[in-house]
Amino acid sequence: MLKIENLHARVEDTEILRGLDLEVGAGEVHAIMGPNGSGKSTLGHILAGRPGYEVTDGSVTFNGENLLEMETEERARAGVFLAFQYPVEIPGVSNMEFLKAAVDAVREQRGEPAIDAVSFMKRAREACTAANLPAEFLKRGVNEGFSGGEKKRNELIQMMLLEPRLCLLDETDSGLDIDALQVVAQGVNSLRAPDRAFVLVTHYQRLLNYIEPDRVHVLADGRIVRSGDKDLALHLEDRGYAWVEDEVA
Amino acid sequence: MSQEVIDSRISKEYSAGFVTDIESDTLPPGLNEDVIRFISGKKNEPEWLLEWRLEAYRDWLKMDNPEWAHVHYPRIDFDAVSYYSSPKNMQDGPKSLDEVDPELLATYEKLGIPLHEQEMLAGVAVDAVFDSVSVATTFRGKLAEAGVIFCSISEAVHEYPELIRKYLGSVVPRRDNFYAALNSAVFSDGSFVYIPKGVRCPMELSTYFRINEAKTGQFERTLIVADEGSYVSYLEGCTAPMRDENQLHAAVVELVALDNAEIKYSTVQNWYPGDAEGKGGIYNFVTKRGVAHNHSKISWTQVETGSAVTWKYPSCVLRGEHSVGEFYSVALTNNLQQADTGTKMIHLGKHSKSTIISKGISAGRSSNAYRGLVRMSPRADGARNYTQCDSLLIGDKCAAHTFPYIESRNPSAVVEHEATTSKVSDDQMYLCQQRGLDAEKAVSMIVNGFCKEVFRELPMEFAVEAGKLLEVSLEGSVG
Repeated sequence: MLKIENLHARVEDTEILRGLDLEVGAGEVHAIMGPNGSGKSTLGHILAGRPGYEVTDGSVTFNGENLLEMETEERARAGVFLAFQYPVEIPGVSNMEFLKAAVDAVREQRGEPAIDAVSFMKRAREACTAANLPAEFLKRGVNEGFSGGEKKRNELIQMMLLEPRLCLLDETDSGLDIDALQVVAQGVNSLRAPDRAFVLVTHYQRLLNYIEPDRVHVLADGRIVRSGDKDLALHLEDRGYAWVEDEVA
Repeated sequence: MSQEVIDSRISKEYSAGFVTDIESDTLPPGLNEDVIRFISGKKNEPEWLLEWRLEAYRDWLKMDNPEWAHVHYPRIDFDAVSYYSSPKNMQDGPKSLDEVDPELLATYEKLGIPLHEQEMLAGVAVDAVFDSVSVATTFRGKLAEAGVIFCSISEAVHEYPELIRKYLGSVVPRRDNFYAALNSAVFSDGSFVYIPKGVRCPMELSTYFRINEAKTGQFERTLIVADEGSYVSYLEGCTAPMRDENQLHAAVVELVALDNAEIKYSTVQNWYPGDAEGKGGIYNFVTKRGVAHNHSKISWTQVETGSAVTWKYPSCVLRGEHSVGEFYSVALTNNLQQADTGTKMIHLGKHSKSTIISKGISAGRSSNAYRGLVRMSPRADGARNYTQCDSLLIGDKCAAHTFPYIESRNPSAVVEHEATTSKVSDDQMYLCQQRGLDAEKAVSMIVNGFCKEVFRELPMEFAVEAGKLLEVSLEGSVG
């Protein structure tokens, strides 16, 4: 589904990714771990098409298409979803209005008509229940005055409604208490499907106690320096990132 | 959001910019007492009104163009403006819609105001003012049943002389300011509304203003009197053709809300703003003011997207006890537009209350200023004001300014002022685009959210229109 080869990228004048390779198949869950500043979040933003993030070399294909040639919104409509580490507020725009516009944009891409209000409401309410948030949440401004945990759960609601093919979760576990972490993990697990892949970017192993990854990769200095199964994450927890970095050096 | 995205999104074409090919009677440019006599004579006005105009003109000659506003434009040559223009075959005035020139009706249809249909369907009574003359007023019959008077002001001068004499200039005196004096001297037409005691006007009233002729000024005058315990909601819309030269619009609107009455006045102003280089466009220098008596309420809601230069402060004189004044404003400037707009709340009555919510949006290389005065007079015991003044910047070449003036001469009065300035952030755009929305949709959604508190004050159908207008006006502000 996703194939990254020799990816080099920079933000402003700093080169952050330096020859990253990664392949993610449909139905798989991959975890990307690594020390602060290793380029984990940058990878997510490069895939999502954040303006100002520049690819200098390498290629990324998504379902056989050149992802790097697509505009940010085209990637989203094609099924690339990024759950943000710090979701931003959009005052005055209700969550409902925002979600419906997003759902309709994706549907339009697929050649489907705009969703009718009744079906949309039904699905939106179900997503709220799954995220353990009251339905009144839909009437509030996008992330306006939400707590950190509410913002992350709101990302989950969006992911559920947009039904993406590739879900990128950028440090979704940061700032979550253990209950909220479980809610988000359950939501992600319920979305696991044979035609959907996940890339979880995380600093800590604890998220992986709830979402079991197929592969774990360690990112250091802009490259993947080690890959393994879920036990690799446990090793890291024990021995710290210095262990990998030393070994690579 | 990159600057090119912003730039291209802001530069959308003006869709009401067509010219109607119609024969018209236009006075040669220039202003003197004979011109005023001509206008007054054309309308067969009584002697007192001619005198009133002439006195205003003599006052005007002694006044100077105001220069305190935060706008810049070349000095206007008032002798290059024509002060009267009327479609030629309407000089006797239409008796009914059937007598109205089909070209004119087509113009209004292009603007989305089908007078015929509106009469049948919309439940909105419309008075349409084309250049200097009021073209047609719909729904008269139904309004008359309720005792509501809604007609052109020239007609009202003949039909309801006592009301006109009593109230014309009672809120905005002739010498109030330079442009009010000019308007008083040369006003050509406009709307008059009277709601009798205890009557709730059965429908929204609406006026559409259209400037068609080149080198013509439009000086309309609106007077609304809501008698005791009555209610009316009034909407004004404006458009003009695209022309290379600047055109002057200097209107006066006066509102009188007697005891326990309520007037809700909404404006969707979409005058031609000039092109992307700032060429052409309307100079919109307008004086709007209402007087609120005991327990009455005046509410101004405005959505300002057009004009090259806007200079406008819809105000409330809260004369009565427990009177209420409200001002809800969205002012959007793009390209090289300049706006200096806001309100004045003059608290005279005890326990009078006012609310000001102002939303300024600047895009392109435009400049957008809020200027507001809240005055608590010594006898306004227990008066309260709340002001919220928010500015939103799109791109990095525009400007927003806030000039709040607060004068409190009563220790029991409470004045609150809050102000914020924000930008449409790259992160907001990124979130929207990552969810599949294109840049244009994203900007318009963010801006609409910013304006929500004002839009919800508009009558329903106009709130939708305002949202769309904002979208159009923003086009090209993102690239």
